[in-house]
Amino acid sequence: MAYSDKVIDHYSNPKNVGTLDKSKKNVGTGLVGAPECGDVMRLQIEVDDATGLIKDAKFKTFGCGSAIASSSLATEWLKGKSVDEALAIDNMDIVEELNLPPVKIHCSVLAEDAIKAAINDYRTKNNMEAIKFETSAVH
Amino acid sequence: MIKFPIYLDHNATTPCDPRVVDAMIPYFTDNFGNAASRNHPFGWAAEEAVDYAREQVAKLIGADPKEIIFTSGATEADNLAIKGVYDMYASKGNHIITVTTEHKAVLDTCKHIEKSGGEVTYLTVAPDGLINLQELEAAIKPTTILIAIMYANNEVGVIQPVKEISAIARKHGILFFSDATQAVGKIPVDVNKDGLDLAAFSAHKMYGPKGVGALYVRRKNPRVKVTSQMDGGGHERGMRSGTLNVPGIVGFGKACELCMQDMESDNARISKLRDKLENALSKLEESYVNGSKEHRLPQVSNISFKYVEGEGLMMGFNKDIAVSSGSACTSASLEPSYVLKALGLGDDLAHSSLRFGLGRFTTEEQIDYTIAQVSKTVTHLREMSPLWEMFKEGMDMDKIEWAHH
Repeated sequence: MAYSDKVIDHYSNPKNVGTLDKSKKNVGTGLVGAPECGDVMRLQIEVDDATGLIKDAKFKTFGCGSAIASSSLATEWLKGKSVDEALAIDNMDIVEELNLPPVKIHCSVLAEDAIKAAINDYRTKNNMEAIKFETSAVH
Repeated sequence: MIKFPIYLDHNATTPCDPRVVDAMIPYFTDNFGNAASRNHPFGWAAEEAVDYAREQVAKLIGADPKEIIFTSGATEADNLAIKGVYDMYASKGNHIITVTTEHKAVLDTCKHIEKSGGEVTYLTVAPDGLINLQELEAAIKPTTILIAIMYANNEVGVIQPVKEISAIARKHGILFFSDATQAVGKIPVDVNKDGLDLAAFSAHKMYGPKGVGALYVRRKNPRVKVTSQMDGGGHERGMRSGTLNVPGIVGFGKACELCMQDMESDNARISKLRDKLENALSKLEESYVNGSKEHRLPQVSNISFKYVEGEGLMMGFNKDIAVSSGSACTSASLEPSYVLKALGLGDDLAHSSLRFGLGRFTTEEQIDYTIAQVSKTVTHLREMSPLWEMFKEGMDMDKIEWAHH
């Protein structure tokens, strides 16, 4: 299977690899996947208290090239968005942007799950109720 | 000058040796006859070429040429051996003993046997990949007709104690079939010294062409028979119908001759390169060599690089270097290698494995380049692996509740 140029680019030059201080109240952390499944994604957002916008996003991913690219792309998209706007990121947008083949759709689902998990972590830390998401159909 | 791309997947297939191709060419054009045409020179030339190749193939494994049945490859030979024995010896029993680390061509054939009313015992292996001989003997029943255990494993290269297995089979009057696809041409295989009653192997794993293989069927002590699995013209002493692939068989014969001639010098050189690669990559933190290092083919090394995923790892260099991985992402099944799991590896380590298969044309420059590229990519990916970070922080990852999907 050949990878798209965009996947190769994110894999070779991943954007926003790193770790945010998860003890901070305005940092939300999402850790999804499992080592047994061959994919673990950790995605973090840092929200600006004044503006409510995501001022920084970082990821670390254990997985195939498509999983790395999906999380790298997600962090790019998250920056500058409000938390509500971030919730609107759909896995199929990632599939489209990266030209992921059908067998790699689960990588984009994982990235969407990671975004939602990070947002919920941020919400609970800031005394907001966690949003109940439907369980993703594709995994 | 290094030759790119570097091919280190010789357990999947090997390139044809140019000497093999040279031997084959005339049998596509001038000598195109059907070996079964008994009444004209075209047929005679083809038959003569097949007879000669049959001798070359037989010689490599210490067999009599009459004991070689040409097939389309090892998968067909595996099917013919197991189904053929099951059908032929139905009056004696219906039980077969095999091992969980066998190739799918053997395992799926055994599944087929189970569906048609047979009974199959699947032996497990120790963490080094070897079977336990006591367990094998204990699994034998009055109805056991066949022990099917591979010679050397395709993923980790582990060599089973074939002589000891055949001694047990003999003692109990049971036939012993070995899928020797990874062994023949790579290490000395002798059907008499090893006590094989049936053995399957393939040309394309030993620098011959694809689409041709053989089943060795013992003719003496004991005389073994298999029921044919395809109906037709009764070729190959009635055991395998179908017009013989004359150019392929000629190439197979030549490949066997070359393996016999070069095996010792090839292995001395290749095993040195394998050890160099393995020693260098083992020095990377948290890397593990899979399978017995003592009982192993000299051309292969299977290594897990913990906390990086195999497909992601390959992506770092797969434009230049061809290897394979036990990661699920590289297979259609979405399950990581069942062979590595049978060795007791967790799914995480199975996902993190690479198989390096060296060959006749591998050079030291290629190995040096591979060491550098793999090391660099492992380091690069660990920098972005959350698991590596957790490991470095001393976190116990078994205690995390992962969201399994």
